[in-house]
Amino acid sequence: MESLLLNEDETMLRDAARGFLDASAPVTAFRKVRDEGTGFDRGLWAEMAQMGWAGVLVPENQGGADMGHRAAGILAEEMGKTLVASPFISSAVIAATTLRAAASDRLSGIADGSTIYALAIDEGAKFNPAGVAMEAIQSGNAFKLSGKKAFVAEGRNANRVLVLARTAGAAGEAEGLTLFDLDADRAGLTRDAIAAIDGRDYARMNFDNVDATGDDVVGEVGGGLAALQQGLNAGQAAVAAELGGVSAGAFGMTAQYLKDRKQFGVLIGTFQALQHRAAHLWAEIEVTASAIANAGRMLDTHPNDAAVAVSLAKARATKTAKLAVSEGVQMHGGIGMTDEFDMGFFMKRARVGAEWFGDYGYHAAIVAAARGF
Amino acid sequence: MLELSRDPAQFRKDIRAWLASACPAEMKGRESHDGFAESDICWGGKRFEFSSPAQKEWMQNAASQGMTVPTWPVEYGGAGLSRDLQKIWLEELAAVGAKLPLQSFGIWMLGPALLAFGTEEQKKRFLPEIARGEIRWCQGYSEPGAGSDLANVQTRAEDMGDHWLINGQKIWTSYADQADWIFALVRTDRDAPKHKGISFMLIDMTSAGVTTKPIRLISGKSPFCETFFDNVKVPKEHGPGINAVVGEQNRGWDVAKHLLTHEREMIGSGSRGPLGGRSVGQIISSDSDLNGNPVLRAEAMKYEIDSMAVDLTLDRYKDMAGVGVPIGNASSMLKYQGTELNKRGYELLMSLTGMDAAEWDSTHGELASEWLRTKANSIEGGTSEVMLDIIAKRVLELPYK
Repeated sequence: MESLLLNEDETMLRDAARGFLDASAPVTAFRKVRDEGTGFDRGLWAEMAQMGWAGVLVPENQGGADMGHRAAGILAEEMGKTLVASPFISSAVIAATTLRAAASDRLSGIADGSTIYALAIDEGAKFNPAGVAMEAIQSGNAFKLSGKKAFVAEGRNANRVLVLARTAGAAGEAEGLTLFDLDADRAGLTRDAIAAIDGRDYARMNFDNVDATGDDVVGEVGGGLAALQQGLNAGQAAVAAELGGVSAGAFGMTAQYLKDRKQFGVLIGTFQALQHRAAHLWAEIEVTASAIANAGRMLDTHPNDAAVAVSLAKARATKTAKLAVSEGVQMHGGIGMTDEFDMGFFMKRARVGAEWFGDYGYHAAIVAAARGF
Repeated sequence: MLELSRDPAQFRKDIRAWLASACPAEMKGRESHDGFAESDICWGGKRFEFSSPAQKEWMQNAASQGMTVPTWPVEYGGAGLSRDLQKIWLEELAAVGAKLPLQSFGIWMLGPALLAFGTEEQKKRFLPEIARGEIRWCQGYSEPGAGSDLANVQTRAEDMGDHWLINGQKIWTSYADQADWIFALVRTDRDAPKHKGISFMLIDMTSAGVTTKPIRLISGKSPFCETFFDNVKVPKEHGPGINAVVGEQNRGWDVAKHLLTHEREMIGSGSRGPLGGRSVGQIISSDSDLNGNPVLRAEAMKYEIDSMAVDLTLDRYKDMAGVGVPIGNASSMLKYQGTELNKRGYELLMSLTGMDAAEWDSTHGELASEWLRTKANSIEGGTSEVMLDIIAKRVLELPYK
């Protein structure tokens, strides 16, 4: 088995990312994005693209840095710590991985940050790719897409969208789905911004007889889930890594507060009731970190056998982040409930991340099936 | 002694070939889930009764190759293997279904302490006989008044010139009734602060005044003893230049702490695969009553996830140790997670096995005893609460006052 430790390049990447984010994108930067309602900071994204982050999974001959999934996870984790809002997961991880597997020529735009992709799958409140009902009616080499997509991340700011639609079969069937790669300004596609609790860019999309051709199809007609498989796995691993960062960020704030805050004339960190809870939380974060590292390693070394490792990471990361933010608010007391204080941001990011691309139960079922249940 | 290659691929071939001849057929092909039967462990020592001639042959063959203590240096009876090669060795053992040729507190605890703190004379005197399985050691740490507060040990060692005079009582001394020697924490300076007056002493259990009494546990077994020292004379030197005290006099707490770190990592790792290689998923799916129980099923799914993640964490920390990063106080995290998970696994297994598991010797073997035994996991070697204290204070550096 590959070592779960960071190698030299990965350590350098982490340190560089940490240094950059602490200076250029601390949580106060996210607060500004939230207050202004822009979804993300284009200037910051351009800088991140310049450093090679947007092209972390793009081959070098298309302008990428091609550092691999473990590296993408390191970046996602560091961004999670300071709650960076960016198209990193949708565009640089999911779209890049999906389009790379399909040998698309659109990767250079992802790498330089100019092309921002959104992924439009779900039509309901829970992640369920097979549940797609949206129709793509085929006639010859032409398709007409009609239907609605709920809660599309980067849905407002994206200039391209990967959309999963049904060319055959009925909602609930894994077969008959086709993945399209469309310009987000195509006629008939309208987008309504969603004011989401985590302050990031989401939109509802409505497709009203949107035209597409065979050239827009990613992978095979009817093979949409297969075309998405690697990209989704990569995205789920990156969300897990981001949640790992969210956990660490919330925990860092909480541990510091225990060393600063006085009540009853003493630092509250001297109370064993709180010490044990903080120690338990740290122990949980450590265990989850291993699952996250393993998912990245598996995606890099055994991409076709990585699904269980990814689900393990997403399940653990979801559970740990929930614990970290709950304990974070509770140990901060009243101030943790205020908008002026950052802890609430972590809680809201963790809640959305818990649902994004499959909740604990969704991923637990995948792990369980692999373990003989 | 056969020359084993240091090249991993060749080493694997060498070990495989060596195992084919050195490990008797009778000692192979054992299923992993009978690894719990304590009677099946080869402990070695003067009083040990081998379960079969094959068990003895396997131990002796392994010892002659240094493979009872593969990572120890060759000059002390080991094979000088790196952690990576040791991993291959364990994989090849598992592949033929063979057990470790020898397990003991000498291997787990005293050996590492001597390697880290012992003098050359002490290493030469004590390590090879541990490696050959000739001497069985036990650990004398806890006392009735020194459990979680281990540094409160009161067993007294008075300086009588050429010897120490020991008086006091140890408890939870594992298999002390079958041990030849004991390594014990004794108070050599009663006036010093409690951590600064303890020495780590090596004592022959056949010395006059040493008595042991097994303690019957809730599992029905008696793996632990009380050990009494009544005016026991321990020579200052066990032979020329061989000090009875390991490390500096009155600095035994340093040795103890080092060993506890080691022990905690080991206990954490020992919790791996508590269900004996079977996944709870397989158990549940094979029984329609269980499969139709959604709460049990959900609990089992959560257990699988946590169990896999803890295993990965043990791997990650092993890799850290392998590249020389000290694990230090994080061993408390491994111990805490590993033992709490192990208890959860056995609780689950008891539920899955239902009333059948309430029988002492059922078709499921000694499951009830094993389940009860796991309750000690989060007590021995430092309780879960002490582990959390250590994490809070030493890792997170939360304030004392």
